[in-house]
Amino acid sequence: MHRLVANTRKSFFDQGYLDEQFVQLEELQDNSNPNFVEEVVTLFYRDSARLLYNLDQALEKRPLDFNKLDSLMHQFKGSCSSIGAKKVKIECTNFKAYCNARNAEGCKRTFHHAKREYTTLKKKLESYFQMLRQVGPTEMACRPR
Amino acid sequence: MNLGGGQVVNKQSMMPSSSCASWKSTAGGGSSGGGGGDGGVPDQFPAGLRVLVVDDDPTCLKILEKMLRNCNYEVTKCNRAEVALTHLRENKNGFDVVISDVHMPDMDGFKLLEHIGIEMDLPVIMMSADDSKSVVMKGVTHGACDYLIKPVRIEALRNIWQHVVRKRKHEWKDFEPSASADEQKPPEEPDYSSSANEGHNWKNTKRRKEEDDEAEERDDSSSLKKPRVVWSVELHQQFVAAVNQLGIDKAVPKKILELMNVPGLTRENVASHLQKYRLYLRRLSGSQHPGGMNTGFMGSPEAGYGSISSLNGLDLQALAASGQLGQLPPQSLATLQAAALGRSNNSKSPISVPVIDQRNIFSFENPKRYTEVQSQHLPNSSNSKPMNLLPGIPTNMEPKQFVSLHQSGQHSFGSMNNQVLIQMGGQNQIQSQTQSQGQGQGQVQVSTNPHHGLRQPVLSSEMLTRGGVVDLATTVYNPVVSQASSLVDFSMNHKTDSSGNSYPLGGSLGISNITSTSSTLQGDVNLDTKVSRRGIVPSYDIFNDLNQNGYRDWGLQDVGGLTFDQSPVLLQHNRPSGQEIGGQNRNLTSNKVIFSPGVETGAHRNGSNIGQPRNSYVGENPLRVKAESLNDGSSHNTLYPDHYSQDDLLTAILKQQQQQEGVGQPENEFGFDGYALDNLPV
Repeated sequence: MHRLVANTRKSFFDQGYLDEQFVQLEELQDNSNPNFVEEVVTLFYRDSARLLYNLDQALEKRPLDFNKLDSLMHQFKGSCSSIGAKKVKIECTNFKAYCNARNAEGCKRTFHHAKREYTTLKKKLESYFQMLRQVGPTEMACRPR
Repeated sequence: MNLGGGQVVNKQSMMPSSSCASWKSTAGGGSSGGGGGDGGVPDQFPAGLRVLVVDDDPTCLKILEKMLRNCNYEVTKCNRAEVALTHLRENKNGFDVVISDVHMPDMDGFKLLEHIGIEMDLPVIMMSADDSKSVVMKGVTHGACDYLIKPVRIEALRNIWQHVVRKRKHEWKDFEPSASADEQKPPEEPDYSSSANEGHNWKNTKRRKEEDDEAEERDDSSSLKKPRVVWSVELHQQFVAAVNQLGIDKAVPKKILELMNVPGLTRENVASHLQKYRLYLRRLSGSQHPGGMNTGFMGSPEAGYGSISSLNGLDLQALAASGQLGQLPPQSLATLQAAALGRSNNSKSPISVPVIDQRNIFSFENPKRYTEVQSQHLPNSSNSKPMNLLPGIPTNMEPKQFVSLHQSGQHSFGSMNNQVLIQMGGQNQIQSQTQSQGQGQGQVQVSTNPHHGLRQPVLSSEMLTRGGVVDLATTVYNPVVSQASSLVDFSMNHKTDSSGNSYPLGGSLGISNITSTSSTLQGDVNLDTKVSRRGIVPSYDIFNDLNQNGYRDWGLQDVGGLTFDQSPVLLQHNRPSGQEIGGQNRNLTSNKVIFSPGVETGAHRNGSNIGQPRNSYVGENPLRVKAESLNDGSSHNTLYPDHYSQDDLLTAILKQQQQQEGVGQPENEFGFDGYALDNLPV
């Protein structure tokens, strides 16, 4: 089981779902905050749901307000980067590029991708944390990457 | 968001704080009070650093909080800028450094940065996921100490203490020449200012010193310190004249001293004053370019050399005013101004007339001074609209105006500018009259809007366009002067006229940290105060001990000391026509003055109005500067004696400081008795 956990974790990095920032979070976890990573991720998903909703709404408007979209996406991107959600962040960057180019289609498309990545990561992390709980906190100590 | 959280942290960081003197001070004020003050614990600097984190993203906020806690810092988190400002205002010395996000829904991070710079003069670190050069540059121009790119790593946070140390060190430098107390500290500076490795050394030395000296400082601060030099208006004028004569570049303390030929004045006194003056000038010129601010005082400088400053001044005042009142006008400008003015004293300080007077005095004083300064900068020739920084201080008129303004406006000092302007409008008739000044009466008129409260932004924009508030101010004031009815209260103003310089400013200057742009001039004055204050105020402050006394005196202290440096605006105004401008400026300044005192009143009042004026002064300066620019033509300024130059203002400021110190009375601003630069490193 431990190996499974370790491998799962490793796969996140290998496949590009998570980046170095996630490691920073892991390193912050300690005895006083034994579930720090999970707490942060949970908070992220809860808060970002609101941001995604706003983005959805903004993308429904006609015509599109690119400045607003850029601003909303900026917030979302910042959040993603703080937990190390690499793939989602990449899509956010693409979205912003399309926004700057005032490309509505591009924006919608990349937003769709971003949401997909976001949901995928959420599922993966949820199962990962569940695994961790089963394994015990010690598992989180010094993981090789 | 949770002060409690921050405080809880104390446990972790308490220890260190107790060891350092600065910690002690902070301990008292901040959360770290808990175990502090023992002095028994070895320095663990930078542990215990009190950080305020502001970010609307809860995920980031949580992560940052954890990271900072892991660095053994005391963390307080806020998800809203307004809340953060409230925290900062309530705990003047409660924090050492602020970390803020750039993009926030309720207030732009840069606005918050401005506010903090003006009100509290704390180091502020900006952060954002946006790493584009323009945004980073904006951070730099707005005075951020550092700029972190998100996602932030813990390593980046470990070294933020350096900004605190650096700032204090810088402040100390200002103090050093003049303050005896400083002597003790300076030696230590090199220790801690260097890298973290040396922090230990610094800590040790500091701690030792602190422990030993703290008591001394507190008790005998006066004895430890050298006898303060009171930079009266006259004295300051002489100083500025000497500097002008020599040329700002060539002005060395020795020569200035010789030119001034003032018995009892030492080269050291002059050197320290010169330093402040230079900072002030730098700030004035520096504030000119930042583009962004515009709404607030910062932006204004762009508008016009003089005008901007005036804007700033107004803004500051407004901020100050509002600050005092405790209301934070939504507009950043207003807030800024309020902050500037009252620095967060936020109490709804009733802008009592007396207070205003003091403030006015400052404004008057400052303008005068500034005008001179400006002339230095700009060979004044062109200043048709003299930078009214100071010039605006119309002798009595302005004060009155302000008074009325205050009374009317009052609470939203944030828009003090507006209010002032508005009021002026009320006086309107006057305005039209004053229009003679030609300054942009139109602008003034704008201000007259009834909504004085937050008008400032409007005003500022106008002013900017025009050339600054100055016009407004001047015009406004001028007329007012004639009317002088309401403002009569500004006794201060009157006095100024008569005596020519009662600078309440002096006092106020000290108080407000108007570090922000506008009050650069005040900076001079403030420098003194500021310096001292800074020492005290800074959260970490080792200097606190030194400043102990200063601390209490000044309302400013809370503010963080008026850093005149920031009010370059003032300096910029060159008052072409000495008197007139001055007169007008005076008005302006006085307006400013008004605000600040009011604002301050609530908060730090030293208990004397003087204290307030200081704050206002800070705010005022910006106004004043503007006033100066306005002055282009007000003929009626004859009210103001020539000497109301920037020097006067400075003197006024200084006076105010004195007053705050309890030296003078608010009323007699003009007669600066010479205020001791108490503020200086106490």
